[in-house]
Amino acid sequence: MNIHEYQAKELLKKYQVAVPKNIVCFSAEEVKSAAEKMLAEQGGGVVVVKAQIHAGGRGKAGGVKVVKTADDAYAYAQKMLGSTLVTHQTGPEGRVVRRLLVEQGMNIERELYLGITLDRAVSKNVLMISTEGGMDIEAVAEHSPEKILKIHIDPLLGIQGYQAREAALFLQLSGEQFKNGVKFITALYNAYLQLDCSLAEINPLVVTKEGEVIALDAKINFDDNALYRHPEYAELRDESEEDPLEVEASKSNLNYVRLDGNVGCMVNGAGLAMATMDIIQLAGGKPANFLDVGGGANAKTVEAGFRIILSDKNVKAILINIFGGIVRCDRVAAGVIEAAKNIGLQVPVIVRLEGTNADIAQKMLDESGLNLISAQGLKDASEKVTKALAA
Amino acid sequence: MSILVGKETRLVVQGITGGEGTFHSSQMLEYGKQFGVDYLVAGVTPGKGGMMYEGNEKDRFNRPIPIFNTVAETVRDKKIKANTSIIYVPAAFAADAIMEAADAGIEVIICITEGIPVADMMKAYAFVRQKGATLIGPNCPGVITPEEAKVGIMPGFIFKKGNVGLISRSGTLTYEAVSQLTKAGLGQTTCVGIGGDPIIGTKFIDAIKMFAKDKDTEALVMIGEIGGSAEEEAAAYIKKNFKKPVVGFIAGSTAPPGRRMGHAGAIVSGGKGTAQEKFAAMKKAGIHIAENPAHIGEVMLQALGR
Repeated sequence: MNIHEYQAKELLKKYQVAVPKNIVCFSAEEVKSAAEKMLAEQGGGVVVVKAQIHAGGRGKAGGVKVVKTADDAYAYAQKMLGSTLVTHQTGPEGRVVRRLLVEQGMNIERELYLGITLDRAVSKNVLMISTEGGMDIEAVAEHSPEKILKIHIDPLLGIQGYQAREAALFLQLSGEQFKNGVKFITALYNAYLQLDCSLAEINPLVVTKEGEVIALDAKINFDDNALYRHPEYAELRDESEEDPLEVEASKSNLNYVRLDGNVGCMVNGAGLAMATMDIIQLAGGKPANFLDVGGGANAKTVEAGFRIILSDKNVKAILINIFGGIVRCDRVAAGVIEAAKNIGLQVPVIVRLEGTNADIAQKMLDESGLNLISAQGLKDASEKVTKALAA
Repeated sequence: MSILVGKETRLVVQGITGGEGTFHSSQMLEYGKQFGVDYLVAGVTPGKGGMMYEGNEKDRFNRPIPIFNTVAETVRDKKIKANTSIIYVPAAFAADAIMEAADAGIEVIICITEGIPVADMMKAYAFVRQKGATLIGPNCPGVITPEEAKVGIMPGFIFKKGNVGLISRSGTLTYEAVSQLTKAGLGQTTCVGIGGDPIIGTKFIDAIKMFAKDKDTEALVMIGEIGGSAEEEAAAYIKKNFKKPVVGFIAGSTAPPGRRMGHAGAIVSGGKGTAQEKFAAMKKAGIHIAENPAHIGEVMLQALGR
């Protein structure tokens, strides 16, 4: 689960992670009064207005503006709110800006990088520290890996003082900055654990001329498996940042990811679902979605799946691929037939059912009189997809 | 011979009285009865120790199974002597169940549960390693040595005894591959579903090392998917150390970057963990690639020169 920058900063603040003062705004008027208030408190200087979308690369795309007056902030807000911001992470369609963050200006001395995530190779959390802040960390890793330090944290012991000091020294911090750096790193790690994050990235982490070490930007992703421990996160979800079909699918407990192809698919099991997408491509089509209906594919889940797949107008054919296993194929077939009758299918549907009672299932499909094409085995299914697309 | 489970397996089911636990235990008992192997010896449900459990109204057992309060009791009990456990407890309690089994001295722990928080798994993984136990999963279909022991949720009838080993991160895709092998006349030694989570107890490389030592395993199928770098590490190991023919497939060539494809671990992040990279690493290691998942059985026949 992703959240906005301002939400991440609010959460981190609760765990003593240093973040700038800021106010989130939903209208140009709010931006103006927030900027007025902040400029008055600071006694002049600048404030920063930042577009809040679930994607990075906002600065380069024009989504961040430093202003000296409330009027400038207002003018920028009027331009930004409701506009579409395209960054290297949003894809060409971009994201509509609906929220702006007005933040205090910082006296930046240096920009650094600090990230925490799981290192799957060793099954431990890893701190990633770099002096190259404000840049794409993947590019740094590729071109100058010596500028990144990785420190693994023992899951049974947690972060130790010497590890935080090693990180702060690598960032070439000294004096007051060193002390604040150690405090920041330790606080961020503890926040990462308490909040059940899968990623916490501070890029840039800035050192100010006053000796502060503070999060200029903050990105947090949560571990979806741990959401049950944090019912309060439900409020942080911004559905306007998600694909409407995916939001709809999640309401039916379907695991659905929208893609941009022309052949929809419905499969039981994530691995087989991915393999089915690959087969669609090999058959000359392009997968329109990932959809795992899970272990209990019945009439209700199949119908919900059909509706979601068919609301994507690019879909020219659907491939249903179920490996029956312990689930009986005749029951799945009955579900498919019932759902197909309820919906009134306009596109060809290729159905491949394998496993227990597959022969009975096939007979049911063939005799249903519906636009259902039964396939035997993956190879046959793939050929029938090619044929359906050619027709 | 076989790996992980087989004739020596004495299985305790953790969470046996729950809905999932009951259903799959009844299926395992049926499998055992079919081949005359009584490997399922006990169940654990805290607070229900001492009873004999015969399933629920929906799923009846073909024989009663003794229930204990703790895994440790099933290991200590002279008649039970459990050495393997399978876990069906809900995600919130599964990491605890894994640690209980490891602490009790269970040698092979197979965790079926999906959705365990990463932070919990990280601790359980470290603990299991300290105890020297082998953990399979979580979020996996289990392990089966055909006609000896089915310890998992897989449909037993698609498997056949034979000489091909299989390792996979997925469930139904494993069944697909096995069904192709069986139809091609290729039986299996052991099939291991290692699981689709970012933290799993046994990675490809660990399972490959076990298959290397198994004399009956003549060839191996390896089914990976996008995310992480376990397939690349395994390929490098195979190139150096593994002499038997290997057939490989990676699911998710068409998956977009940055999106989780069902499995918690199936995500391309930071441009890393793509199917293309994994296929390339496999090719480099001399692994026989099945570019199309419909061809896994055929490619294995070719690899074996049949």
